[in-house]
Amino acid sequence: MISEHFFNKWIWSLLLIIPICGLIFDEPYYITLATKVIILGIAGVGLNLALGYCGLISFGHAAFFGVGGYVTAIMSYHAINEEILFNWPFDIFGSSEMLIIWPFAIFISSFFSLIIGLLSLRTSGVYFIMITLAFAQMLYFFSISWPNYGGEDGLSIYMRNSLPMLNTMNPLTFYLISLSWLLTSIYISYKLINSPFGMAFQAVKQNEERVKSVGIETFKVKLLVFVVSGAITGLAGSLYTDLNRFVSPSVLDWQTSGEIMVFVILGGIARLYGPLVGAAFFIILEQTLGAYTENWQFWLGLILILEILYARTGIMGLFNKKKTI
Amino acid sequence: MTFILFFEQLLNGMQFGIMLFLMSAGLTLIFGVMGLINLAHGSFYMIGAFCAALIAGLTGSFWLALLASLIGAAIAGVLIEIIIIRRLYRRDHLDQVLATFALILLLSEGVRWIFGAFPLYLNIPNILNGSIPLFFDIIYSKYRLFIILIGFLIAAGLYLLITKTRLGIRIRAGQNDRQMISALGVDISKLYTIVFAIGAGLAGLAGAMIGAIQSVEVGMGEPILILAFVVIVIGGIGSIKGAFIGSILVGVTDTIGRVFLPNFLKIFMESANATSMGSSIGSMLIYILMALILIMKPSGLFGKN
Repeated sequence: MISEHFFNKWIWSLLLIIPICGLIFDEPYYITLATKVIILGIAGVGLNLALGYCGLISFGHAAFFGVGGYVTAIMSYHAINEEILFNWPFDIFGSSEMLIIWPFAIFISSFFSLIIGLLSLRTSGVYFIMITLAFAQMLYFFSISWPNYGGEDGLSIYMRNSLPMLNTMNPLTFYLISLSWLLTSIYISYKLINSPFGMAFQAVKQNEERVKSVGIETFKVKLLVFVVSGAITGLAGSLYTDLNRFVSPSVLDWQTSGEIMVFVILGGIARLYGPLVGAAFFIILEQTLGAYTENWQFWLGLILILEILYARTGIMGLFNKKKTI
Repeated sequence: MTFILFFEQLLNGMQFGIMLFLMSAGLTLIFGVMGLINLAHGSFYMIGAFCAALIAGLTGSFWLALLASLIGAAIAGVLIEIIIIRRLYRRDHLDQVLATFALILLLSEGVRWIFGAFPLYLNIPNILNGSIPLFFDIIYSKYRLFIILIGFLIAAGLYLLITKTRLGIRIRAGQNDRQMISALGVDISKLYTIVFAIGAGLAGLAGAMIGAIQSVEVGMGEPILILAFVVIVIGGIGSIKGAFIGSILVGVTDTIGRVFLPNFLKIFMESANATSMGSSIGSMLIYILMALILIMKPSGLFGKN
């Protein structure tokens, strides 16, 4: 058995070695692929907070991923066309500065997770699963039928948004930007989990009634976790739009919600690096099996079912049998 | 004119709602009796449609195709229940969601493998082609009327099955107390398989009937599955009555909203804006309805506690 701490060190060395290999062998494609893994990993880290640590089975995190993505694309679209974004209550212009876009993406996806959380957290169990799914689906249909930003065809932004003094179009630069966000989101999760608030939301997962009886308002605790979780996933959506320089309703699709969930579960639920490992496994599977067969998702489905029936600890659990809560 | 249009749309909404009922009845039964959340229910809708297309292609008979959709989906349901689903009843909801999500991938890709990626088409038989005059000056599609009729017959049949037969008593007992009825000597795992097969068969039939209006293709089941979720959340999980009322409510709201909301908004704003805004809001209307009902009754219209 390898300790989880040791395993995480391996992950970090891999994260640093991959781009160097990409540079040496002059294969920028692999750097871009690794960036995709990292961004999807961040989305998973966000969901893991709600799903893994607090037991909120959200099947609608595509909503926040998509909102972050659309906010980014829309702001940048307005900046390119030099149109005003809003003229009420005060003038807001678009922007192609990541430093402005990120806070906006985080703020607006938190706002959406606040509203969706307020409504969905009134329920629990299966109702919660279905309602989060339904709200994400509502945004999906809205994005398809709202013609101003491309509707079904999606919205291209041609140039990545910029950061001062950096060339974000360089794959390695963008990789490092995403990597620092991954580090930040894992650090935030780590700090949260080990704070008194973190103790409270992990306790909610185990026994909500008991937490209530201690005098903690569990609704507020759950809502706050849900909002933080949505904000992190929204940021991932923002980076994902910049990675592809394109956003389309497919980021809001229910399958996106399912995939983010799969990252968390495949990697190992309630483990800090689990979602990253899961996302990496997913992309590797897509790249290797996808090269042989169009039906690679058939095999993904098979692996998932086998994992759920027989190896419930996820990939990280295969190496390290820490008891998860 | 407006009245005729309204009535036609009302019938369209009914037809849509009835199809949703065939999906959500199975979903809500499976949840009520086995406590299983089954995302793969939409796959049986797809399997039914493909069985129908296959048999219609071989024999040319629409009626045999409908029968095949019912039986084919039910057989698929039995097999999948025995091989995989059975192991999930005791698991938590998260495992169920993921395993049935994986099942969707497996079944969708499997069907794509066998039938290819191109959509298939089912032809409506001559006897149901064309329209029929109803009262006033309303002319309505025979086939859609046929769907509404079949749906009501099945709803009545299900009602009789649940309330009047021995199987129905066992199903209701299973909803109330699973351990008790197995202690009373009912073969619970056989009961589960039967309930699952009924649900899968109904979904398959719905798939075949809609497949004749639209096309038969991979992934056709998931949009309707999510609507069926909305229906059972509105109606209350586990309640067939709730599923019926929820289905009609969702079907009618969605159809009427999409048609009339743009016109309604034209009263307040210029027509180009009203059309785009109306169609956007129209597509979200059922979710707004769901949110409203949840604010008033978090467990749905006919849900327990």
